[in-house]
Amino acid sequence: MLNYIYKRFLNFLLLVVLASTMGYFLAAIALNPRSNYEGRNPPLPASTVEKKLSDLNMNDKTPVVERYFTWVGGVVKGDLGTTLNEKSVNSEISRRIWVSLRLLLIGSIIGSVLGVVTGVVSAVRQYKPFDRYFSIASYIFLSAPVFLIALLLKFGAINLNDKLGHTLIYTVGEYSPEFQGAGISSLINRIQHLVLPTLSIALGGVAFYSRYQRNAMLDVLSSDHLRTARAKGLTKRQALFKHGLRVAILPLTTFFAYSFGLLITGAAFTETIFGWNGMGQWFITAVQANDINSTAAVILFSSVLVLLSGFLADVITAALDPRVRLR
Amino acid sequence: MTELARLSRGQLVRRRFLRNRLAVFGLCNLVFMFFIAFIGPFLNKYKWDELDFLNLLRPPSKEHWFGTTQIGGDVFALTMRGLQKSLIIGLLVALFSTGIAAMVGAFAGYLGGKIDKAMMWVVDLLLVLPAFLLIAVMSPLYRGKTWLIFVVLLAAFGWMITSRIVRGMAMSLRERDFIRAARYMGVPTRTIVFRHLIPNVASILIIAATLDVGGTILSETGLSYLGFGIQPPDVSLGSLIADGTNSALTYPWLFCFAGGALVLTVLSVSFIGDGLRDAFDPGASTGANS
Repeated sequence: MLNYIYKRFLNFLLLVVLASTMGYFLAAIALNPRSNYEGRNPPLPASTVEKKLSDLNMNDKTPVVERYFTWVGGVVKGDLGTTLNEKSVNSEISRRIWVSLRLLLIGSIIGSVLGVVTGVVSAVRQYKPFDRYFSIASYIFLSAPVFLIALLLKFGAINLNDKLGHTLIYTVGEYSPEFQGAGISSLINRIQHLVLPTLSIALGGVAFYSRYQRNAMLDVLSSDHLRTARAKGLTKRQALFKHGLRVAILPLTTFFAYSFGLLITGAAFTETIFGWNGMGQWFITAVQANDINSTAAVILFSSVLVLLSGFLADVITAALDPRVRLR
Repeated sequence: MTELARLSRGQLVRRRFLRNRLAVFGLCNLVFMFFIAFIGPFLNKYKWDELDFLNLLRPPSKEHWFGTTQIGGDVFALTMRGLQKSLIIGLLVALFSTGIAAMVGAFAGYLGGKIDKAMMWVVDLLLVLPAFLLIAVMSPLYRGKTWLIFVVLLAAFGWMITSRIVRGMAMSLRERDFIRAARYMGVPTRTIVFRHLIPNVASILIIAATLDVGGTILSETGLSYLGFGIQPPDVSLGSLIADGTNSALTYPWLFCFAGGALVLTVLSVSFIGDGLRDAFDPGASTGANS
């Protein structure tokens, strides 16, 4: 088992390097930081522009490969460079990373757990009203883009707050800046801000996981080993949880890994719509501002996150499935 | 009895598909969407890029079926224009990406060995980076140019999962007698792949292409929503939703028609895709085992 994990880890490390390299080259070729210094009134002297761009390691007159190695040299030492407005990328990340991770972790945990539960219940009660309603609902949520769900939730919350006469659910920011309390009341304030972004991320997840879990569970329900478990005297519930769920959850671990890519995409929308200063929102502003170093940093972050979840999924699969362990 | 025996596979699939109520609903609805998107603008008085300065921000009326925008654009004409764009992009990208997926998957699975390994590495690498991030980063490259570059990019980053499925099927087909016979008779690899392998995974490809249409429309509208996709003055459902967002609470018609058209289209496509899957292979699970 350790050997297996070790091999997977090496594979992932290599993929992170390749993916971030690809990301850096794409950003360096497609984005044009020089445009930020053009068209200013009064115009900046050419030498100043060159010097600024060179200091940032974003000068398009330096060959891309050379810039890449400068960037990698910094990354290896733990320095991700400087943003376009001359702040350290590292400090920007440390400020933003928890904002995004909180959103992604809570969203994905709620999404996958609720999705698996509704999927299992739908499979057990196939064609009963519960199954029908959830099937239709999950179809609709899978057909609506994240930004539409987020916007509708936001409008709904604004209407709700209007009706109530006070703000129950906040629609902007991650906490109220003027808020002075501490302890429980500060936690409640944060939860009031957290509800909508988390819901917009989690709803798609619930729909996605429940569809797959329902199908996987239906396969398992008609399998021989479950009948054997029932025959040896287990109750239906015991057989389902001990022998059914374990098998039915296996294929989902793979989906869990790749779903992080989708989640990061979703986070970019929800963070923008709800005004959270996270990694996704940073990515969008960085691309719009032609900021190569910040863009590369977010791509690095997302590839590490996707691969880490993939690695985790492999470990969970190995723990659940003895056949994988022996490989 | 004899009537049953005479049913061809095509007839059987069609019959199973038509028995599925959701799938038929999806098909009718999608046909309707196409009809209204391409015929609708001819029935309407206003063009999508025409401004009616006498009617700014009016709610839906007989004159302007879906109301007007802040600058007097006809929301019906704009929505239809956006729907056209989204539908065309969805279809084109699904066609291209399924084509790439079929070729990569079939060759990788059939040839095996080092070529297979190399191709699957590329697939793994592309799956690591969310396509959305890559296309957004590359958006300056096609800004101000034709939207067809956008289509190519969407296809270039959308074929990986289907190619994995095709590869798996090609690996098992490789050992079947008819492929072996062809190989031993000296049929060149290219002919085997195109004439024997790909036709045998056609049902999977049709299903994948259909579901891809929905997925593509979602990514296209998402990118356009943030300004990375279809560029103004042209419109897509995504950019329409983005424009309508700020005033959506007071002027809901700016927002809800585009949003509704988007959800209905994608919903229909996924009903059709699932219906096709059940029709082609009623016993199969929905990919949970792949």
